[in-house]
Amino acid sequence: MSSATSALNGATWSDGIATVTEAPLQGMITLRGAFSDAKVKKAATSVAGVDMPGQGQANCVETRGICWMSPDELLVLCPYDTVGTNIEKMQAVLGDQHSLCVDVSDARGVFDLSGPRAREVLAKLVPVDLAPDQFTFGMFRRTRMAQVPAAFWLHEDDTFRIICFRSQAQYVFDLLITAAQPGSDVNFF
Amino acid sequence: MLILTCPNCGQTGEETEFHAGGEAHLKRFGPGSTDDDFEGYLFMRENPKGVHFERWRHAYGCGKWFHAARCTTTLEVFGIYSAQVTEPPKELCDRITEKRPGWSWRAFS
Repeated sequence: MSSATSALNGATWSDGIATVTEAPLQGMITLRGAFSDAKVKKAATSVAGVDMPGQGQANCVETRGICWMSPDELLVLCPYDTVGTNIEKMQAVLGDQHSLCVDVSDARGVFDLSGPRAREVLAKLVPVDLAPDQFTFGMFRRTRMAQVPAAFWLHEDDTFRIICFRSQAQYVFDLLITAAQPGSDVNFF
Repeated sequence: MLILTCPNCGQTGEETEFHAGGEAHLKRFGPGSTDDDFEGYLFMRENPKGVHFERWRHAYGCGKWFHAARCTTTLEVFGIYSAQVTEPPKELCDRITEKRPGWSWRAFS
């Protein structure tokens, strides 16, 4: 059997004002359903092992977490090799509740943008207020990154984790390293 | 710059994060309607200078639809409201009247 690899095979770049690294394969499960239903919440929290995030928030610890995608959609993160069993677990919890959970791990690219200037580099690319007091730890934002959709959150201090479509991974990587070129500091934040 | 706040996910973004969905509150005339009604439904749109009601979709965000009332000249957004209604809320119309006395738009004023 062929072995799964991430979109850019773990490409990394650190010649500029921030470091761009493609994260290893990340298990991702899209869960859609009514959040008011206890089963939907339990399906997500039992697999991710974190609390249900509030609107526009993400609770992520290492490779596990839950991201709030929309009023009826969660992105459940878990280790890549546990996705299959986790989906079965979730479906068992959901029972006949109207809902959907599907493995989207291979449909996404994940990047880490890190360094003291990471905030500034990202702010060049997204129409989001990234001032340190406006975009804080725990927030999750889906938006437009130059010409493609992307979502991101602060994974650690000075490290943004960015999710994009796998087919656009090369574009996003190039975009990030262009925005992080040496000497391109803005010193705004 | 037109800045909208999506009522479905609460995110505030500028225009390019959203997709304009055309005029709000159109009444559909389908098979069996008169030619005039059908023509009006298909082609006749408001093009006001001032208060306007539109549908928008948070295309790069949560993907949900909503309604927005805004001014076409100043880009001031008077209010955002649910997509699942057939007319703007009374309270929003009152707020617009405060800011733009005498406004009217189709059957609303």
